[in-house]
Amino acid sequence: MAGPMKMRATLAGGNTDLRVLMTHPMTTAQSKQPLHFIQNVTVKVNGKTVLEGEISQAVSRNPVFTFRLKGGAKGDKIEVSWLDNQGDTNKIESAVA
Amino acid sequence: MTRLCLVLAFFCVPALAQDSPFAKYQQMTAEGSPVELFELVGEELWKKPQGPNNVSLEKCDLGKGQGVLKGAYAALPRWFKDVDRVMDLETRLLHCMTTLQGRSREEGLKRPFGNADTPSEMEYLSAYVAGHSRGFKVNPGASHPKEKESYALGQKLFYVRTGLWDFSCASCHGEAGKRIRMSELPVLSEPKAARPLMATWPAYRVSNSTFKTMQWRINNCYRQMRTPEPDFGSETVNAVNMYLTATAKGATYRGPGTKR
Repeated sequence: MAGPMKMRATLAGGNTDLRVLMTHPMTTAQSKQPLHFIQNVTVKVNGKTVLEGEISQAVSRNPVFTFRLKGGAKGDKIEVSWLDNQGDTNKIESAVA
Repeated sequence: MTRLCLVLAFFCVPALAQDSPFAKYQQMTAEGSPVELFELVGEELWKKPQGPNNVSLEKCDLGKGQGVLKGAYAALPRWFKDVDRVMDLETRLLHCMTTLQGRSREEGLKRPFGNADTPSEMEYLSAYVAGHSRGFKVNPGASHPKEKESYALGQKLFYVRTGLWDFSCASCHGEAGKRIRMSELPVLSEPKAARPLMATWPAYRVSNSTFKTMQWRINNCYRQMRTPEPDFGSETVNAVNMYLTATAKGATYRGPGTKR
């Protein structure tokens, strides 16, 4: 089961700043464990996809991402989700503050 | 509304900056810290009924009253009336596990220190409790005779040379300007150096993706000094912790922190 996620979404100077924390082992090919890493990160604003990212094993364990979205308003619903190479997935939703 | 997205803050090892590489490195690691995730899991564990008594730790008295978390960590270690001894956070948590939850000391200590794949219960709980002291002044107990005794013992232990290599804490932490690779060795007998350090423990270690507690930190120093491993929650470790925390008195707690 996927561990917790945490997100902060704040308005700053006409932009929306997101800070997202994800719990994930991000196991690389160097380790003896099965390869296990987040492949896709998706950011949605009010249900509309605004960012799709492909990431790799090069990202650290328990990754932290920051995104800056142009514009935005208080109360916008932001959803960030990830999908890893083993099919596990997790998401978090919060409103812009 | 259209939005453009700017990607992404990755964290690579920084090249040596011209001015104060230590400070810059610390700032960069702090920005990418997943420490809040540990607090979230810690909260679950704090509220989860466990042990033969099937109760949570929510009634645990960390010195500010039953279940009071706000500012509790910043006021530890301190003397506890019910056990008539000085306890730091982890010692007190273990005490609550045995008294409230009815677990045995052995069971509570089966795995005090975790690893990257499976952090320990103690580590999660430390993160959760310490997180409630952000913004509080570090102010360990200093009035009870046992607290004074603990401080004096800790101070003494700081300078006692021991182990195969005849090291004391002061061998590494007693002289300004020393470092090991990218880590500065703070002079922990001086408030100026002790404050920023004690204000950020317990902490997440980015180099091995683990959350580390203060008991681990002291234990590991003793391991590097090649002494036998101190008992978890022993008077020795608590005294060293008391000395370090009291030296850092007055610092604003801003942990759980992030270390190299």
